[in-house]
Amino acid sequence: MSAVTATPASQTSETVTDRIRRMISANPSVLPTIASVVIFVGMVIFGEIAYGRIVQFNTLSNLLINNAHLIVLAVALTFVILTGGIDLSVGSIIAVSSVAGVMLSNAGWNAIAVIVAMIGIGVLFGIVSGVLIRYFNVQPFIATLAMMFLGRGLASLLSTKPERLGEDSPIRWIGTQLKIIDGPKVNDLVITPAVLIAVIVVVAAFFVLHRTRTGRTVYAIGGSESSALLMGLPVPRTKVLVYVISGALAGLAAVLYTARLGTAQNITGIGWELDAIAAAVIGGTVLTGAYGYVLGSVVGALVLGLMNVLITRDGGIPPEMTTIITGGILLVFVLLQRAVTRKRE
Amino acid sequence: MTASADTAVWRNLIHKPFFWGIVAILALLALNTIKDPTYLALSINPNNGNLVGNLVDILRQAAPIMMIAIGMSLVIATGGIDLSVGSLMAVAGAVSMEFLRAAGDSFGAALAAVGLALVITGILGAVNGVLVAYVGLQPFIATLVLMLAGRGIAKVITGGQNTTASNDSFRWIANGFVFGIPVVFLLAVLIVIAVGWVVRRSALGLMIEAIGINPRASRMAGIKPKGLLLTAYIMSGILAGIAGVMSVGSVMTVDISRTGYQLELDAILAVVIGGASLSGGKFSLSGAFVGALLIATLDKTVLYLGVSSSATPAFKAIVIVVLCLLQSQRVRDWFRSRRRPPRADRAQTKEEVAA
Repeated sequence: MSAVTATPASQTSETVTDRIRRMISANPSVLPTIASVVIFVGMVIFGEIAYGRIVQFNTLSNLLINNAHLIVLAVALTFVILTGGIDLSVGSIIAVSSVAGVMLSNAGWNAIAVIVAMIGIGVLFGIVSGVLIRYFNVQPFIATLAMMFLGRGLASLLSTKPERLGEDSPIRWIGTQLKIIDGPKVNDLVITPAVLIAVIVVVAAFFVLHRTRTGRTVYAIGGSESSALLMGLPVPRTKVLVYVISGALAGLAAVLYTARLGTAQNITGIGWELDAIAAAVIGGTVLTGAYGYVLGSVVGALVLGLMNVLITRDGGIPPEMTTIITGGILLVFVLLQRAVTRKRE
Repeated sequence: MTASADTAVWRNLIHKPFFWGIVAILALLALNTIKDPTYLALSINPNNGNLVGNLVDILRQAAPIMMIAIGMSLVIATGGIDLSVGSLMAVAGAVSMEFLRAAGDSFGAALAAVGLALVITGILGAVNGVLVAYVGLQPFIATLVLMLAGRGIAKVITGGQNTTASNDSFRWIANGFVFGIPVVFLLAVLIVIAVGWVVRRSALGLMIEAIGINPRASRMAGIKPKGLLLTAYIMSGILAGIAGVMSVGSVMTVDISRTGYQLELDAILAVVIGGASLSGGKFSLSGAFVGALLIATLDKTVLYLGVSSSATPAFKAIVIVVLCLLQSQRVRDWFRSRRRPPRADRAQTKEEVAA
């Protein structure tokens, strides 16, 4: 990581490793993102060798289909963490939003109206968190922790039983599998509209963060809030905005997840905030803000998804270990970031 | 000028650390009494001379919350937070139940089970402490990992089962009575007094607060923050372990997904009700004590009013939001004379120090 040894390689014989080394020396914060890509590739290779049937359309499509909601959540957390904040409420926003959505749908609401309502619930939660943080100086993790419990409690108030989405509900279309390539036997390349929505979210987030004023303000707030204020950037507005974006994306994730599963319950999404934070952090987003990439978070989400696949394939690891492993990976990456950022200071 | 004298008295009163907590407890009890006039009645069980009644139940339920709230007070006073207390309760419950199931029914086994549980939660607390104090992680992220992984640890310990054990001495901790008063409440009061005595009779409390106010200044004043931070997290871990023992003791079963679930909110809530600021720098154990009583009363009331217990976090979340609002500089400014200059900038710097 202390790539001061990076040689000014001659342009002609520049290899990929040289370019990566140059990138690292220019910006050490890119290191965790590279590490996550390396880990993802390493996990794929390890899985292919140890268990087989990893590098094939079937497994890879399932990875995307099963983790579309996690990718959306990871994008949501990237926005918030880049400003130096945190959003612990995404998991319970999904619970309240999906339970409410299924109940509204079963009550005969139009599918579009239900989806709008589900996202709207997320937006409301985001507005409350944002206003508490921005106008009343509540620490982000306290404000969103309160929203986390509020969401979980409201979901339990609505229903404590699994609520089933009607078989004929148009919302289920989002979770239907569309065959792209018809492979031999079961080896098909399949996507769902949910995956497409997740991809659109990622592309939009990339555009907003790297090509717009708002995106630069998000990064600037994470770097130094007071400097951003002094530069005349719209700090207060943007701070509320990131929580609204996060809430809205959590609502969208609820739509994607409910459409795939067809049921919703008040305990849906417990611990997903950890998954989403871990995805962002594994992907190289630094928890203190200002450094990170949306695409890194997507890789982080895929690393977590692949980890689940490998654990299931292995069969020897009890499923209870999953949260411990996720927590452990998160911790390792936070420590890695700590080492990198400390070097900068 | 009487108006300003009135406001001075008023301000003094509302700034007592636990004034609002006591008001809220009385309000809730009044609400319950309106619904059922005999709510506050206490009677003595003729068979064993123990007190029975809703108030006794509240005291009994408040005991574990007091434990985690006291630990949380110390951690929050350093400017940190410990989100792992609920999961540590589950770990303590899992350890003690697994041990008792193997060791059987004797007084020694009960002692050893409690000891083992506290050692393990103490170690997990130390892990939090090391990550925060020596590695320099943000407290909420260091403890968030253990909050979610801790429940996994409890599951691994019990092999995914809800382990049940039988041990009369262990059960007595949670269900016994001494002079008609629940043991668990007496124990909690003793521990609160002991912790309070240690931190307030020595300079420990002062030093912990100094770290919370300004870590750099306190270091320059000769305080070694790392050891103190570690101590605060270890204490929080051990106290969470005691809370875990108390809460599994009453049913002698550890429910790995429910024991201590979402209790970190209770702990934070108790501390904030007790008048401590979440940005650190001051704590009040008596405030946290009142806060824990209020939460137990609130739990009972919500159940009494016929709302599902899984929905109570929503009410607590609203309470915590309101308390955070009352603490914020902006709202305080609204209550004060409008001619004073806005002080939002002060709150801003305070937040930065805490971060």
